[in-house]
Amino acid sequence: MSVQTKQLEERVHPMEKLLRMDRIPHIWCPTCGLGTTITALAAAIDQMKLDYDNIAVVSGIGCTGRVAGYMKVDSFHTTHGRSIPFAVGLSIAKPKTKVIVFSGDGDLISIGGNHFIHTARRNMDITVICVNNFIYAMTGGQVAPTTPLTAKSATSPYGCYEHPFNLPLLAASSGASYVARWTALHIRRLTTALKEAISKKGFSFVEVIAPCSTLYARLNKLGSGLDLMKFYHDNSEIKHGADLKDVDIEFQSKITVGKFVDIEKPTYLECLNANNKRVFGDKYQPYGG
Amino acid sequence: MATTEIRITGFGGQGVILCGYIIGKGASIFHDQHATLTQSFGPEARGSACSAQVVVSGDRILYPYVTAPHVMLAMSHDGYITHKDSMAKDGIILYEKDLVKLEKLGPKQKAFGVPATRIAEELGRKIVLNIVMLGFFAGATDVMPAESLRKAVESSVPEGTEELNLKAFDRGYEYAVKGSKTKAEAEVA
Amino acid sequence: MKADPKNVLTGAHYLDGNHACAEGAIAAGCKFFAGYPITPSTEIAERVSRRFPLLGGVFIQMEDELASMNAILGAAWGGKKTMSCTSGPGFCLMMENFGLGLMLETPTVLVNVQRGGPSTGLPTLPGQADMMQAKWGSHGDYEVIALAPDSPQESFELTIHAFNLSEKYRMPVLIMTDECVGHMTEKVVIPEADQIDLVERRFTKKKPGEAWPYDPADDGGISPMLPVGEGHRFHITGLTHDHRGYPVINAEAHEQNVRHMIDKVVKNADDIIWLEEKDIDDAEVVLMAYGISSRVMQPAIAKARKEGIKVGQIKMVTVWPFPEKRVRELASKVKSLIMVELNCGQMFLEMDRCAAGKCKTGLVGHFGGTVHKPEDIYKAIKESIK
Repeated sequence: MSVQTKQLEERVHPMEKLLRMDRIPHIWCPTCGLGTTITALAAAIDQMKLDYDNIAVVSGIGCTGRVAGYMKVDSFHTTHGRSIPFAVGLSIAKPKTKVIVFSGDGDLISIGGNHFIHTARRNMDITVICVNNFIYAMTGGQVAPTTPLTAKSATSPYGCYEHPFNLPLLAASSGASYVARWTALHIRRLTTALKEAISKKGFSFVEVIAPCSTLYARLNKLGSGLDLMKFYHDNSEIKHGADLKDVDIEFQSKITVGKFVDIEKPTYLECLNANNKRVFGDKYQPYGG
Repeated sequence: MATTEIRITGFGGQGVILCGYIIGKGASIFHDQHATLTQSFGPEARGSACSAQVVVSGDRILYPYVTAPHVMLAMSHDGYITHKDSMAKDGIILYEKDLVKLEKLGPKQKAFGVPATRIAEELGRKIVLNIVMLGFFAGATDVMPAESLRKAVESSVPEGTEELNLKAFDRGYEYAVKGSKTKAEAEVA
Repeated sequence: MKADPKNVLTGAHYLDGNHACAEGAIAAGCKFFAGYPITPSTEIAERVSRRFPLLGGVFIQMEDELASMNAILGAAWGGKKTMSCTSGPGFCLMMENFGLGLMLETPTVLVNVQRGGPSTGLPTLPGQADMMQAKWGSHGDYEVIALAPDSPQESFELTIHAFNLSEKYRMPVLIMTDECVGHMTEKVVIPEADQIDLVERRFTKKKPGEAWPYDPADDGGISPMLPVGEGHRFHITGLTHDHRGYPVINAEAHEQNVRHMIDKVVKNADDIIWLEEKDIDDAEVVLMAYGISSRVMQPAIAKARKEGIKVGQIKMVTVWPFPEKRVRELASKVKSLIMVELNCGQMFLEMDRCAAGKCKTGLVGHFGGTVHKPEDIYKAIKESIK
């Protein structure tokens, strides 16, 4: 064993305390955007000095859906599209636990789209991190509700002709208290956004634009994952508080990033308690878990 | 032991289901009988004609639905027409005089009318017509002691309306006792 | 452990099956209910929503049944006793994550107030045609526990029993009732709290770092759960997994995982199965039924008995697991076994399979929309002894 290899082996990953090292190596492709996103989340949790015991990560199905399996917190890998309602139940039962849903665009917005809008509407106190790679990656690169017009996928071989969702607009108009979008290479800004989102009382949403190196990049001849990650970063325009009607994403063009919504409003449980207090007065014991 | 099948019919908003509920409760909670209430659900229970069915028996009721009711409380003409042919041959029809136009009865069937709406209006609230009907039912039949049904009324109506409803019940009962042949006969016997 | 008096509405009430079911859940200590309105089950959700605020529970009307099923699983892992109710198409939507509940070994209770189907079918009228769906409706191999009340009184009692079984065996338990029982109002006697025995959630006694979510209990039995937020920092998944809760995607791990879920029920079948038998000893014909049909068959049986026909009866209080052993025993003793149910032959298939040709088998089926006519059941009894 060379000295260098030995040194490498002895080094501790800086995020080891938040990762299930007994499950590493992970299943993701090299240059996938998930690596930096998870690092940003781990850094955010670390910098916020949160008690790791009071954090739960819930994922659905897909590449991003595997995140729950690698985070060393109470973590739940649920079914396709259902991470949010599972998180809703968990969050109501354990209001002191920071419940973070970490999943992909297909999972959260297509099959789970109804849960997404209703949970934002209720201002449920959870954080939703959506890693948007514009494609269904785990199943082999099929078209998603986020695939930009003309982009190719395994099921849009002649280019996508469906209008994609604008996720920040969807989240904001559904009632989210915090909405931001960054790319997977805006690591520092993404970490800050995640800290803000996790601290936010109510429904917070962070979209992370990430490359799918193996499928989206290859099917659209966009080079390596790293090329694509750089492209997204370099073509992003920071515009805090942008008019969300203008933040649509077109194929390989400018991406508006920034913090779009950051408001205060009562959460689901605060509304529940206030209403019951109004009706029952002192007979009502506020629900706190 | 004897089983009595009762059908209550009327239109939505008259308190048809509540009527059935109170009869069942009176028989099973305030008397020593078994009582099973079933009701028609669906659009018909939310506006137009609706009905509730109660089976009262000394034994456990195994078949929950009524087949040939011994007693019908009719609070609407439509309801009466819909259900009259399913009545038992010796059945008794208790009807709201101003709302139901009685048709020809079977040879052994009996019918007694009560101006329940007018009585309810005299009491100031038309809404208690169903409770007047219940009082009338208590006076005209011997399914259970009137006191059992009266207790069921008292414990089933909205808080604060007990007095009014009990008055309605008593008026219906008196009308039956004074005006009804069966009751008069029963008293003589 | 006894029920909390605060949760128990002791006394004699005149309630329909759905309201009684809600009271059973509350008495059992249910503190989280997620549901979606659907006829004929909605009254359960309505009553819970009225009763919960002053009892420290949370009711939430979710956006659909998929969400409801997941929310009760999430809240169950959050430490609550949880429940949902549904009917017809809603049961279909819940099947996916009923499977997740089985896979995660999550205690919860799901009530299906059966109506006529398929599709929208007969929303306001009874059926018992979801019995096989209850057993096989989620994909993959598994075993379920399902109970069938025949009255509002039993709706109350069996809901408590369902919660107890779900905690004991750490799995979702089904209550397969029907519109007739759900909407039938009768006297329901709710006992004093100290007369109600409850099985409480079992959590691991091991320290964080030493415990896994599917560690066998010290006595080798059902694994205790790991609590959220107490440092275990555990992982669970709907994927095939090992005792650590970690995904393991191969045939050996899958066999072990599925076998464990099946064994929990099959090896404890004698403890779970609850039959009420009557007049079996001298019986030549035995009628089997569950839920409302077990009530409706009784006048026919009484009439046949009066005529000297030796008829016995089995009411299946638990419908799943199927009483395989008992049916096999009876098949070699009696001339005929008859299943009475509001479908075109579902539990009949199980009975017929277990009879294995040892006796005649018959079905008194019904398409649903109402209950059987007792005379049809009587005719079937007469037919069976010809």
